Amino acid sequence: MISVHLILFLAFGAVCVAGAINLLAQTHPINSALSLIVVMAALAGEYLLLGAEFVAAVQVIVYAGAIMVLFVFVIMLLNAGEEERTKGSRVAVLFGVPGMLIGSVLVAWVVLRHSDAGSVAAGALPGDPTRFGDLLFHDFLLPFEITSVLILIAIMGAVVLASKPQIVQKRKEH
Amino acid sequence: MVPLSYYLVLGGILFACGVAGFLIKRNIITIFMSIELMLNGVNLTFVAFAAHWHAVGGELQGLVPLSGQIFVFFVMVVAAAEAAVGLAIIIAVYRTRETLNVDRVNLLKL
Amino acid sequence: MWIAGRAIPLEITDVNVGLLLILGITSMGVYGVALAGWSSNNKYSLLGGLRASAQMVSYEISLGLSLVGVLIMTGSFSLRQIVEAQGGHFWGFIPRWNVFHGQFIGFFVYLMAAYAETNRIPFDLPEAETELVAGYHTEYSAMKFAMFFMAEYANMITVACLATLLFFGGWNGPLFGPRILQDVLPIFWFVAKVFVFLFIYIWVRGTLPRFRYDQLMAFGWKFLLPLAIVNLIATAVAVAW
Repeated sequence: MISVHLILFLAFGAVCVAGAINLLAQTHPINSALSLIVVMAALAGEYLLLGAEFVAAVQVIVYAGAIMVLFVFVIMLLNAGEEERTKGSRVAVLFGVPGMLIGSVLVAWVVLRHSDAGSVAAGALPGDPTRFGDLLFHDFLLPFEITSVLILIAIMGAVVLASKPQIVQKRKEH
Repeated sequence: MVPLSYYLVLGGILFACGVAGFLIKRNIITIFMSIELMLNGVNLTFVAFAAHWHAVGGELQGLVPLSGQIFVFFVMVVAAAEAAVGLAIIIAVYRTRETLNVDRVNLLKL
Repeated sequence: MWIAGRAIPLEITDVNVGLLLILGITSMGVYGVALAGWSSNNKYSLLGGLRASAQMVSYEISLGLSLVGVLIMTGSFSLRQIVEAQGGHFWGFIPRWNVFHGQFIGFFVYLMAAYAETNRIPFDLPEAETELVAGYHTEYSAMKFAMFFMAEYANMITVACLATLLFFGGWNGPLFGPRILQDVLPIFWFVAKVFVFLFIYIWVRGTLPRFRYDQLMAFGWKFLLPLAIVNLIATAVAVAW
């Protein structure tokens, strides 16, 4: 049945897949980064279709608005240029693209064979922040705290790794 | 009403594109972006299953149906931490090797 | 607003994660600045673009945290509910706006962070005309520069609207007169409050000197962020009791 839900799903899905294929097809990393941003924004639309509005907003704010900014910064800082064609890359494209196509067709076929699992209505999830926060801070409190510590470790690691090496003065001992 | 399998197929396609990018591309930053693409495909699968379980198995305890969304939250947090540290490593490697091509950094010693 | 006996709300839609959507869209604004600076192929633009986007990203955190105080007190992300929670008065004459209801520090943090987000004085080193040859929009002229300017002013208006909605009672204000006037007066109050904020923006621009870049970043990370966190904790403790 053609419903608005299906049309919207296909529209967002087409944008996702187009962005993903564009990421593979582009040679300059900044174009790949912009395609990835498009994929993430379209995925946020998919989450909205499923009713997970808080997840959609967090996807835009954190993933598309902070992590990808980090990627763009690094591309700008390192002045990354176009990719070069080396021996390994030709082999990889020759075997990789058909392999990926065969793999995904296989997975899609298997999944669609078992399509009697049921349908998902539009906005099925109660995705409002109240329910989300309730679950997050009551049942999932320990993973939440552990991920906070993880982020702290990541911050320290990133600062140490990316800082310029200190120049150590050698003292001449007499 | 969109069948659940459509969402799974979309997530699978994104994951497959991520894997392909990881194996095909030679620029280290693009490889990292393919990893993020894989994580996004998986996130979609989580949320689709959470919606499906909520609609189907509502009598189960409140934990199971909605925890897909919570897990997406954690996946995003881990992806952020991994992106930060990974990009810092890339910057450090670029400083010594002066290249972003993974085929050029395949020896431990120059 | 009542027309022919039916209540018509004057907003386009009331999304129940409205505030989060606004935060999401402002965080996408960093891309315009960063990509404009880099793609100009000009070292001044690149420097200005990198500095501007680093500044915007740093102050986004304090901006978000300052809003969480309001959220804790209201309990909803929906902008309509936040404004409706600010109706009424204390002791008959002080309006129950969030800025008087305990969010004064939150308002201060929000205002500082908003000035930095919109790249206005005192935080406008990345685009200062006298410093970096206009920074990230050096190479843009005519219509493209006009787009940048329009974007900056639209950002200012959005920030002013958010400040009135969250901290100054939105469209609440004394209602008087006949029925049709009572329907139109909230629009007038809202626009008046937004105008006051824009006036303050322009007033500050003419008055204060600009921060140096390291002072700017130090202010954002070492003063504003701890202050926002303290505000959050204090609000949470006050509400929990």
